[in-house]
Amino acid sequence: MATRTRSEHPPVRRGDRIFSATALGAGILILLILAGVAIFLLVQGVPGITAGRGSLSGRDSFWAYVGPFAFGTVYASIIALVVAVPIAVGIALFISHYAPRRVALALGYIVDLLAAVPSVVFGVWGITVLSPALVPIMQWLEDNAGFLPFFEGPTLTSGRNMFTAGLVLAVMILPIITAICREVFLQTPRLHEEAALALGATRWEMIRMTVFPYGRSGIVSASMLGLGRALGETLAVALVLSGSAIYTFNTLAAENSGTIAANIALQFPEASGTAVNVLIATGLILFVITFAVNYTARKIVDRRSEFSGAN
Amino acid sequence: MAKSIDVSDLNIYYGDFLAVEGVTIPIAAKSVTAFIGPSGCGKSSFLRSLNRMHEVIPGARVEGKIIIDGNDLYGAGTDPVAVRREIGMVFQRPNPFPTMSIYENVIAGMRLNAKRMKKSEADDAVEKSLRSANLWAEVEDRLRRPGSSLSGGQQQRLCIARAIAVEPQVLLMDEPCSALDPISTSAIEDLIHDLQHDYTIVIVTHNMQQAARVSETTAFFNLSAVGEPGRLVEYGSTTKIFSNPDNESTEAYISGRFG
Repeated sequence: MATRTRSEHPPVRRGDRIFSATALGAGILILLILAGVAIFLLVQGVPGITAGRGSLSGRDSFWAYVGPFAFGTVYASIIALVVAVPIAVGIALFISHYAPRRVALALGYIVDLLAAVPSVVFGVWGITVLSPALVPIMQWLEDNAGFLPFFEGPTLTSGRNMFTAGLVLAVMILPIITAICREVFLQTPRLHEEAALALGATRWEMIRMTVFPYGRSGIVSASMLGLGRALGETLAVALVLSGSAIYTFNTLAAENSGTIAANIALQFPEASGTAVNVLIATGLILFVITFAVNYTARKIVDRRSEFSGAN
Repeated sequence: MAKSIDVSDLNIYYGDFLAVEGVTIPIAAKSVTAFIGPSGCGKSSFLRSLNRMHEVIPGARVEGKIIIDGNDLYGAGTDPVAVRREIGMVFQRPNPFPTMSIYENVIAGMRLNAKRMKKSEADDAVEKSLRSANLWAEVEDRLRRPGSSLSGGQQQRLCIARAIAVEPQVLLMDEPCSALDPISTSAIEDLIHDLQHDYTIVIVTHNMQQAARVSETTAFFNLSAVGEPGRLVEYGSTTKIFSNPDNESTEAYISGRFG
């Protein structure tokens, strides 16, 4: 009978056991860290949500206080995404399907290098180089596209406005989106590409028929990772933008909506008492926004999984 | 619409490597021509050179002449994209576009040629192509399902439907049954039989019974040693090649004594 018991529980090798324990441990650790952060934000943040006027820079309620910053955060990130995604997809496509091997390799390294630049460097670069350089462009936009609420102006002469902040963020999230898109595009099955070419597709038609549909979920995931980075980016925005607690779509004027992360970084050193809780509560809101973004992305990716090519 | 192909003195290179040397063969219109031979003898490379698909591989090039109905396939003014619209191809493994439905797969090639198509025209074309590919009855009530939801044999017939939807002159098949079970294989062979009335078909196969069953003409490719270029040893009517070949190595290969 002993043999039977043994056959019901097949022997587990030591290497397997160590590996599965390590993997399980890592998985649990991630959950614990996440839970720890969430609990911290809740415990420290809830008093902030119910705080009175004194700790809210003169606002009536916490929601009135956090609203403009939440708006500014999302707005800046969307600007960054709108600018960065088409460029990133273009670069990735060039690297994966157009460039000669050597050029592709070099370009890939340069893009990866961009990811290694610290965000404070981007912030300083945004102040000293990018914003003055952008002023003529902003002026042009104000003159020629001023009927759009985004370019109403008047253009801030220093150029340190939402427009510049969005572009700095775009440059910052470009590498991650490019790198992921490139990997996804390279994985398009050769068989599908050849099927398209054999039907008489040009290279661009082949890309539209096979590479983009196959890489669709990858592009969405890459964009969301980029968006996540843009939402949480603190230093570059804090340096470039002097945000205030207002709602505005105008990207060119002196008055701009601040972002949650930059606001925390700027206010925290001088905050005390409930004001600290208020700032932590805004962090909680940022956490919720980021979570919602990732969740939506997951939903988008899953929706057509039947057609994804993974099966 | 079917056309004949004349190949003379064709060499195929991958970079500096000469893969196929000196192929001269006429391929008759509205018939099935089978290429047989051991692995690595260049029959797939040669097949792919017939619609310039080998150019997809960097460094691949061709010397010699391929004339299709009076037009030089490798002439200076010939656009490879246009060539591939005239000469369809079916691959070794079924490769329907995974992100498209069965319906979209069939009209994928037509969408490239004519951007605007009336709904009714598209519906008719889909039905016609799927009927020609003997697949209509099996999929007519699930045209909006993904192409990848079908079985392997059905997927391969879907790929054939996709290839013939654009009404090509020639249909090239690169071991179309090697990934399929015997029942699906038999379905595809029946299909090839029906299609030869309308198309010039060239098929590469490792299965000699298959070559004997479906083709009128058989060409035997071989290579003298690994690293040497593949050559066309002989070609002729399938009955002759399988009963009384001129060349000793053909005889040896067909009777299974080597390769």
